[in-house]
Amino acid sequence: MKIAVCISHVPDTTSKINFTEGDTKFDTNGVQFVINPNDEFGLTRAMWFKEKQGATVHVLNVGGPETEPTLRKALAIGADEAIRVNTAPIDGFSVAKQLAHVIAEGGYDLVIGGRESIDYNGGMVPGMIAKLNDANFVNTCIGLEIEGNSATAVREIDGGKETIKTSLPLVIGGQKGLVEESDLRIPNMRGIMQARSKPLHVKEAVDSQAETRSVQFEKPAPRGAVKLVDNVDDLINLLHNEAKVI
Amino acid sequence: MVLVYTESEEGKFKKIAQEAVSYAKGVADMLGTTVTAVTVNAGDTSDLGNYGASKVLEVSNDALANFNAEAYAMVVSEAARKENASVVILTSSANSKFMAPLVAVNLNAGYVPNVTALPESTSPFKVKHNVFTNKAFSITEITTDVKLIGVAKNAYGLVENQTSATAESFAPEVSTGNSEVVSVDKATDKVTIADAEIVVSAGRGMKGPENWGMIEELAATLGAATACSKPVSDMGWRPHSEHVGQTGKPVASNLYIAIGISGAIQHLAGINASKVKVVINNDPEAPFFKAADYGIVGDAFEVVPQLTEKLKEFKAQNA
Ligand SMILES: Cc1cc2nc3c(=O)[nH]c(=O)nc-3n(C[C@H](O)[C@H](O)[C@H](O)COP(=O)(O)OP(=O)(O)OC[C@H]3O[C@@H](n4cnc5c(N)ncnc54)[C@H](O)[C@@H]3O)c2cc1C
Ligand SMILES: Nc1ncnc2c1ncn2[C@@H]1O[C@H](COP(=O)(O)O)[C@@H](O)[C@H]1O
Repeated sequence: MKIAVCISHVPDTTSKINFTEGDTKFDTNGVQFVINPNDEFGLTRAMWFKEKQGATVHVLNVGGPETEPTLRKALAIGADEAIRVNTAPIDGFSVAKQLAHVIAEGGYDLVIGGRESIDYNGGMVPGMIAKLNDANFVNTCIGLEIEGNSATAVREIDGGKETIKTSLPLVIGGQKGLVEESDLRIPNMRGIMQARSKPLHVKEAVDSQAETRSVQFEKPAPRGAVKLVDNVDDLINLLHNEAKVI
Repeated sequence: MVLVYTESEEGKFKKIAQEAVSYAKGVADMLGTTVTAVTVNAGDTSDLGNYGASKVLEVSNDALANFNAEAYAMVVSEAARKENASVVILTSSANSKFMAPLVAVNLNAGYVPNVTALPESTSPFKVKHNVFTNKAFSITEITTDVKLIGVAKNAYGLVENQTSATAESFAPEVSTGNSEVVSVDKATDKVTIADAEIVVSAGRGMKGPENWGMIEELAATLGAATACSKPVSDMGWRPHSEHVGQTGKPVASNLYIAIGISGAIQHLAGINASKVKVVINNDPEAPFFKAADYGIVGDAFEVVPQLTEKLKEFKAQNA
């Protein structure tokens, strides 16, 4: 089985979000970039398929050279090869077209992406790849088993979960649950050393144009100070009469 | 024409469907056009006229009894083609988010999710939406002929707009592809975080899973959904499905009550879209107080039972 894990390179969850150039660009100053958390769960599940079922695992990213440390980290965790499509990710649709192209060329059976990137929260790239390449798709995936050509996926739905029987080629939008938090791996020294000599291919982008473009950012208005009360009667009164939420 | 997909459950429209129609009507007014709603196996659709739909395409098909993203995306795409829609509106439910990318590819439509307001302008077509998990907004231009929008929950609200809606049955060809739902595991007696107006959430300050009785009781009193912080679900005190925050579920309720939660940046990111936030924490320095509207500095083990008690009295008086 050939697995592609799509890795989005995102600001660490503790990052302060600021903008520059008249609020038109994300300010990367002092920001640490990491593997998108949803993708890290997916990558770890891919390692399980590699170790238990002999799969090969490639990690893919659409981005500039600045994403290479993130791809190296994925290699250090255990992926076999990395591919970076050398173009700035402008919107989800154009990223999906780039990835769909690489995936069709590479003949991957299983594509693991995340439910969403925690930066632009698009939640669209894996589904678009599936549709563009005519593969099956399961989103918000919290469990995945593969047996030959068939797959059983568990999907989180509003208020519960459902089990879906489907088949390869398959694309999933994964999240926590695919593996547990405690299963996540921190690269060890040996992994980091090996990652240095693993292939990281750089591919030129195929022609594709963006369908959407961010033109301006805004930060939420600062909120007023908290109203502290010292008894529950006052709280109920405020929630009823002032906030009107009960 | 603006097309809106309206979700129903057991034949009844969800509030998010009414909100999506309200929003669609707002967009249609800006464009000087009308709203067509498309429904799947819904009962009485006349309610959609109350929010501004002037036409309802009713799809009724047993093959669509379970949600299937592939098939539902076809329904919406075919409806958009038939109506020659320039804007297609979905919601932020798990199902809408599942099928949206498929609809986008079918219609070659630029897609923007988590949209919080009517377009800033329609030519160029620019919408405002949440990014960086509610830490910021982006104004994004969609340049394709067909625009696909996912409306954020609880951001636009319900706007009544009496329109007489004509219903028409619609039978697009659908294929459920190679995916089949084999089992659904869903608590039907509980309010879900996605649908809830009020969410009662608790963190590590509750000390252990055995203390969640008081959280459940407070939630039941308010008709609220229960939620928790990440470590609580990581430790298995509560199910994963209750974990909210940047890496968990987003919450966009009217009221969010946080009990024994410190207010880490990753937690706040996921709940920023909630309107009113109440914090109960025994540490006056807990960062959550800075992000809250109302707060009580106190021991949850005392405050929560008192609050439940008094709310019961309040409910009895205001019933
Ligand atoms: C990559 C990453 C992603 C993350 N994503 C998320 C996420 O999505 N959601 C999330 O929640 N967290 C997330 N976290 C974790 C986050 O950083 C915090 O660790 C977590 O939110 C803390 O949970 P807590 O507030 O329940 O626990 P604690 O930080 O331990 O806080 C417990 C609070 O309870 C109070 N308390 C104690 N006893 C009482 C009492 N008797 N009465 C009242 N109050 C009391 C304490 O004063 C304290 O404020 C993430 C972390 C990382 C690194
Ligand atoms: N630039 C990118 N390169 C590789 N994969 C990506 C990229 N952007 C998004 N993805 C994948 O698509 C998922 C959903 O991203 P998004 O649609 O941007 O929210 C992510 O979790 C990744 O798996």
